[in-house]
Amino acid sequence: MKIRIPFYMILLIVCRLNAADEPLTGDAVAEMAEQAAYYAGDDGKSDVRMVITDANGQERIREFRVLRLNGEDNKQMFFVYFNEPADVREMSYLVHKQGGGGEDDRWLWLPAISKVNRIAPGDKRTSFVGSDFVYEDISGRSLNEDKHELLSEDADFYVIRNTPKDLSKVDFASYDVWVRKDNNLPVKAEYVDGEGKVVRRVTADKIEVFEGIPTVTQSTVEDPRRGSKTVNTFSNVEYNIGLKERLFSERYLKRPPREATR
Amino acid sequence: MKKGGVALFAAFLFTGVYAGEWGGFVEGRLGTRLQEDPLEKQGSVEDLRAQVATRGFLGPADYDLCVDFLYNGLNPDLEDVNLETGNGWLDLRSANILWAPVPWMDLKIGRQTLTWGTGDLVFLNDLFPKDWVSFFNGRDIEYLKAPSDSVYSAMYFGDWILDLVWSPRADTDRYLTGTYMSFYPFVYTADNPLPTHRPHSGDASLRLKTTFGEVETALYGYYGFWKSPAGFTAEGVGFFPDLQVVGGSALTPFAKGIGNVEVAYYNSSEDSDGSNPMIQNSEARFLLGYQQELMADLSMGAQAYSEWLQDYEAYKENLQPGEPLRDEWRQLLTLRLTWFQMNQTLMLSSFIFYSPTDVDGYARLLAEYKWSDTLTLSAGANLFAGESETFFGQFQDDTNMYVAVRRWW
Repeated sequence: MKIRIPFYMILLIVCRLNAADEPLTGDAVAEMAEQAAYYAGDDGKSDVRMVITDANGQERIREFRVLRLNGEDNKQMFFVYFNEPADVREMSYLVHKQGGGGEDDRWLWLPAISKVNRIAPGDKRTSFVGSDFVYEDISGRSLNEDKHELLSEDADFYVIRNTPKDLSKVDFASYDVWVRKDNNLPVKAEYVDGEGKVVRRVTADKIEVFEGIPTVTQSTVEDPRRGSKTVNTFSNVEYNIGLKERLFSERYLKRPPREATR
Repeated sequence: MKKGGVALFAAFLFTGVYAGEWGGFVEGRLGTRLQEDPLEKQGSVEDLRAQVATRGFLGPADYDLCVDFLYNGLNPDLEDVNLETGNGWLDLRSANILWAPVPWMDLKIGRQTLTWGTGDLVFLNDLFPKDWVSFFNGRDIEYLKAPSDSVYSAMYFGDWILDLVWSPRADTDRYLTGTYMSFYPFVYTADNPLPTHRPHSGDASLRLKTTFGEVETALYGYYGFWKSPAGFTAEGVGFFPDLQVVGGSALTPFAKGIGNVEVAYYNSSEDSDGSNPMIQNSEARFLLGYQQELMADLSMGAQAYSEWLQDYEAYKENLQPGEPLRDEWRQLLTLRLTWFQMNQTLMLSSFIFYSPTDVDGYARLLAEYKWSDTLTLSAGANLFAGESETFFGQFQDDTNMYVAVRRWW
């Protein structure tokens, strides 16, 4: 069996070596956090249960499976297949993430009208199936969209401030991210508006280790403006399962692969 | 052939099934005309519907079965089941198996719903059957597409996709017959529906699709028949003249949204010089569209569409006395606005068609509220305006509104 050293491990080692000498830049921390949160392993699979609680306390449930495959140059592909609720059952969502910049390509398969809908790049800040997560949260916001500066660090965390290069594309002014030093995972993000008021808060509530990879298994988004919150719970997490690139195509969007449905 | 297909499917069902997902809904839907129509009932839709759907695996193949049980209060003749027109208590929505006989090909055989092309509620190269009654009388939008009984093969060669669809017996639209809606020249009713000769041979559709950079492009071909009666015999019986269509489309992210362009040429080969007044002339169709999100949870889509009637001089010369004269160019503009509220549990949408050449229009309004993950309430309206012989204007007396409750399970 071939032993692979995951890219993030190398990065981790390099970063640790760096840490001894000089303080990391905001860019380096942002990249570490992105690798840990979105790029673990060569590929991955997870079942997600989303509980959306609106301002009136009413709960809505979404259940879907996410498949992910890493490519070269930080390119990635995501496949999302819905199980619940019934009105979106069998709907699937495909992302081709460009990594180094450039707009990601997104498609949605709507089985009720058997149509593939291309999602406009401007829609990535749109609510993902009515939750407080946005489309961009599923596959990760491109690092090139923001400037990153290291605000502070203590024994446990780096805190970086991310300021969008193009404010017209987003509904916030900047966001601060707390990155854990021991596993590089971003564990809190606070989005603020122009007046510095928190408009969105994302937290990683629970972290478990699968195949040696620290993984967020519960996360929460709160939207104080709407008074709603969404809790994501991740289960059946697997890494390095040998997903094929061809699964992440229009062919399987319309005909979800068994990797997604079973 | 159809019976054979169903039998084959049934045989598969009884020879070992991996029980997959089950789902469906129960729905009540009531609609009424907002004015009287001397030819039709006051109700526009009176449905009590239960859908049962299942899909799973049979060895290497996937199966998909979806059945609607329907009580149609406007035409409660439960016995008269017709799987092509959707009449009666049973409407088979899908019954097919899909497998890959070779790695680069998917084959789907049986009853299925097919769609392609880039238009939004405007169709150029999509010659798959549509249910116009359901579209106009306020059924859920998924019922606009009627199923086909087809062999569908999708072939994948790198970045190229070649789709071939063959229906051994061409499926027509579920077109207007006078049973539910009145239309020009206002002679057909439920008791005296439009008589037609349905096509008895097959039709075929083809699409070749690939992507250049960001741009999704496709070429299309169709060999078969007009999908709604576009010809009439001397006795006034409607029929489906031969039709061949070629076309192309492109769709790409553009500015903050998605832009699309599509063209198609309809060759009405039974009236190739346009001189036969009983058969629709050839026409060319053009579409330009753009959609984007205007602000969070509010999106819009706008389209400009044109139909260019071919052999217009011949058409004009041979026009029957009393027949309304079509314009050589028919222009149509559409605007869609969709607004989500309350964590997307409330959707308000409006889709407006307006033709500056026909001076007529059609508005589809819909409010949909998800009371819970399993209960959806909706209310909507279909509003028609124009002169009684124009495309949308003829449906003026069909202007309706409706309410619906759907419980998913």
